[in-house]
Amino acid sequence: MLRTQKLGEADRIVTLLTREHGRVRCVARGVRKTSSRIGARLEPFSHVDIQLYSGKSLDNVSQVETLASHGARLSGDYGAWTAGTAMLETAERMTPEEREPSVQQYALLVSGLRSLAGNEHSATLILDAYLLRSLAVAGWSPSFDQCAKCGAPGPHRAFAVAAGGMVCPTCRPPGSAAPSQGAVQLLGALLSGDWTRADSAQMRVQREASGLVAAFLQWHLEHQLRSLRLVDRQ
Amino acid sequence: MYEGIVQDLIDELGRLPGVGPKSAQRIAFHILAADPVDVLRLADTLRQVKDQVRFCEVCGNVAQEQQCRICRDPRRDVSILCVVEEPKDVVAIEKTREFRGKYHVLGGAISPIDGIGPDDLRIRELMARLADTTVTEVILATDPNLEGEATATYLARLIAPMGLTVSRLASGLPVGGDLEYADEVTLGRAFAGRRALS
Ligand SMILES: [Zn+2]
Ligand SMILES: [Zn+2]
Repeated sequence: MLRTQKLGEADRIVTLLTREHGRVRCVARGVRKTSSRIGARLEPFSHVDIQLYSGKSLDNVSQVETLASHGARLSGDYGAWTAGTAMLETAERMTPEEREPSVQQYALLVSGLRSLAGNEHSATLILDAYLLRSLAVAGWSPSFDQCAKCGAPGPHRAFAVAAGGMVCPTCRPPGSAAPSQGAVQLLGALLSGDWTRADSAQMRVQREASGLVAAFLQWHLEHQLRSLRLVDRQ
Repeated sequence: MYEGIVQDLIDELGRLPGVGPKSAQRIAFHILAADPVDVLRLADTLRQVKDQVRFCEVCGNVAQEQQCRICRDPRRDVSILCVVEEPKDVVAIEKTREFRGKYHVLGGAISPIDGIGPDDLRIRELMARLADTTVTEVILATDPNLEGEATATYLARLIAPMGLTVSRLASGLPVGGDLEYADEVTLGRAFAGRRALS
């Protein structure tokens, strides 16, 4: 469940990311006015088994079974909730075409939310790992070791979002950033899933890495994510 | 598409919450067929409401003067403050007759996916009200959905260092629902059984 929006007096439009049918929007009727059991199950972050039937413009929800409902846990932890919301918005933006299957984005989101709800690592690290992998799945895998342009073996000092990551002195475009070695190592660890290394990164380094991830994401999505600037990084 | 001004009317009506293009068309033709006196009365009321109704400078509720009726009422208990999302929630809670304190209307809930953060709500005003020592208990009565819960979580964390009693409405409210749709009995019970957060 990615998002719910009010429709009319008592209905909701629900956006889902599904395993086989990609992103799907559908209508849940009468779920706001009554204490309908379906209403309580249709909330963002929930992992559900859902049945739809065809409607006029959008399909209608007929049955919902909850597989995992992370909402209550996340809404009780403001940092995790805002990080999770940024993940949901990213998943929506990474699947621009409705009903185009995207099993990898689906799997990434399911495991990312599970990790977040299980409090396995700090919420912002889980978010950054998710964002990097989501970019990689979309074909925008950033390079944190070899030169993103010519492939010269790293480590390199300069970072250029438009070039796709770290760049060698020859390829380095003017105005490239020069991130700390620690931040670059953290980004590599997050992308490859080296959590022992990632968990031990200092707060200052984590913040620097988050800034680079946000720059990457914004470059590729062309618009800023609304929820990313509201992630609570306390 | 209809001719000029009729289409303008349909478009305007279609912008109202809960009014789809079909309903907008139906209402537009109802207005066209209605008695001119009735339609002018509606137009007058719309203009008056925009001219005369404003938001209470203290609590953010709708008011016809600088302060709303509740803020001006000396019989209300100034030591308890109930925080809600919208003016319509004040109306719903007033109906229960369970609450004799004052209100603070946030103007919505935190909703990052819509770009609404803490700074977009009347949270700074809330903290300013709490800084003065008259309030001893804060009841967080945001909607029983995720955004309402997360907003309450955020506020509880912000208020905790001030040493006030912070409570949240008891469960029993329909999850995922809107506060305004809760019946008076359920809402009244949720008030009586509120649980302390700090
Ligand atoms: Zn190079
Ligand atoms: Zn007032």
